[in-house]
Amino acid sequence: MLELANIRKVFNQGQHNEYWALKGIDLDILPARVSVLKGPSGSGKTTLLTILGCLARPTEGRVRLNGEDISGLPERFLTEIRRRTFGFIFQQFNLIRGLSAIENIILPGYPGGTPRAQLLARAEVLLADLQLAHRRDAKVEWLSGGEQQRVAICRALINDPQVLVADEPTANLDSKLSAEFLVILHRLAESGRTVILTSHDPLVVESAVVDRVYSLRDGQLTDVVDTRKAAP
Amino acid sequence: MKAWIEKQRHLIDFTAQSLARRKGKSLGLLVVYTLLVFVLASVALYTHALRNEATQVLAGTPEIVLQRLIAGRHDLIPPGYIEKIGRIRGVQKIEGRLWGYYYDSVLKANYTFMVAADREIAPGEIVVGPALERTRGLSAGNGISFRSYSGDLHTFIVAEVLAHESELVSADLVLMDEADFRRFFAYPAGHHTDVALWVANPLEVRNVGIKLLDALPDSRPILREEVLRTYASIFDWREGMMLALLSAAILAFGIFAWEKAAGLSAEEKREIGILKAIGWETGDVIAMKFWEGFLVSLLAFLVGYVAAYVHVFHFEFTLFAPVLKGWAVLYPSFALTPQIDGLQVATLFVFTVLPYTAATLVPIWRAATTDPDTVMRS
Repeated sequence: MLELANIRKVFNQGQHNEYWALKGIDLDILPARVSVLKGPSGSGKTTLLTILGCLARPTEGRVRLNGEDISGLPERFLTEIRRRTFGFIFQQFNLIRGLSAIENIILPGYPGGTPRAQLLARAEVLLADLQLAHRRDAKVEWLSGGEQQRVAICRALINDPQVLVADEPTANLDSKLSAEFLVILHRLAESGRTVILTSHDPLVVESAVVDRVYSLRDGQLTDVVDTRKAAP
Repeated sequence: MKAWIEKQRHLIDFTAQSLARRKGKSLGLLVVYTLLVFVLASVALYTHALRNEATQVLAGTPEIVLQRLIAGRHDLIPPGYIEKIGRIRGVQKIEGRLWGYYYDSVLKANYTFMVAADREIAPGEIVVGPALERTRGLSAGNGISFRSYSGDLHTFIVAEVLAHESELVSADLVLMDEADFRRFFAYPAGHHTDVALWVANPLEVRNVGIKLLDALPDSRPILREEVLRTYASIFDWREGMMLALLSAAILAFGIFAWEKAAGLSAEEKREIGILKAIGWETGDVIAMKFWEGFLVSLLAFLVGYVAAYVHVFHFEFTLFAPVLKGWAVLYPSFALTPQIDGLQVATLFVFTVLPYTAATLVPIWRAATTDPDTVMRS
């Protein structure tokens, strides 16, 4: 569903500190599967994830979403695609402090103009699904790390996206919470969503829920392994 | 369209929550902003109402007042002078008036003594303005003595106190019988202070003035429209003085508001990054900030304007009255008729709400156009 062709990305182009983060990546992301981008720090996995999630545009190369080339689209259209197609879970969760869990969850629904009642109803279903209904009105800064992450997952799902993108999602979780997170991911993939993660956590990379692992080093794809063995 | 309205509602909701989350900053800004609108609106409302009041009061006065001059100074109208005016076409009524000033050393204030043409006052009685009632404790039936310029003491009985509604022009007025007036000031018989002329057709007033000058070269006709113009320029001048004095405060507010509105905290920048990453467009972020600036300034405008209205029309402009009301010792105490001028409200709105709203938008433009992927790297 997502295809990258010869993707290259440079930062500070033309300056003394010019840096090529990606040096020609070709890959296909399988639909309704869990894919992991793995690699050491500086390997380019987060940069690649931002391009896959339409948060950034490549310097060179093509990005195709369901066969349509989206790499040259202006920001406005790219934002629209991002909002409809992708849900994001960030390493630091990036919730807005001072707002309740449910207010954070419905935020991505605002620009679409979906009526508030509809957004709230959808958010409540998601909260109940992730056993977080009792924390509905709690301010996010009062929530534990695991709870914050579940709020972030709900927020990522509020617009019912086809693809869920998560950057180092277990970096701030202990082993138990990481395992719980993987179970959630598995359920999402089972329900037909495509999940793309970056991680260098062995618990994630070696998890049975992961279908494919892309290994990166120095901005290049070094290995692609189909890993799925069985459901966790 | 429905989705657009719903989106704006979401943005306003989020903005209101943002303001509530930053209580200190929002409240501080609101208070200072409200104060500024309050001061500007107070001055504007007051001068506007005063100008109106003066226009209404002068509407009942004669179209022309004729004074006689000697060596460029005001002199008394001698006997036979009024007859010299004769019959001028367009003049409805001619009337010699008697009035003068009296300095009361007790209050260190000037009163205006006058012979009322439109009412009968019995000899030995006077009708006084509300300021005398207040400062000298006079009421109907009380006696009061004034020492005349010749040194004699004259005692009068107060027959009536003038209505408070007319206080703007009657605060320091003392009305009396003609014989009493002439005796008190040793005013020569047959002389008058000036001559009032009523002209039916407003277009004829200037012509009548020219004819008066032709007939009586030593006279000075004063047209009502000139008096009105003088009043207007006095009020404008005072309003300008007041605003000039306040300009430092206005400038200080401007700097404060600019700094508050234009400065984005690290937390706000982080939030914008998050919003962009989760699918908000640059336009959405700018619209959200627009609502923030607009809501703060609109609220400040409404509260400030209502407070100014109450201050001017219910508390008699207590805070700034001495600057704008005049130089008389006996300040009139009067309630102005509430007046709101749409153009004035619109001007104040444009000069207070728009600059602030614009100030909130300038910095947000830069923050909102940053790449959404920066949030991934924070």
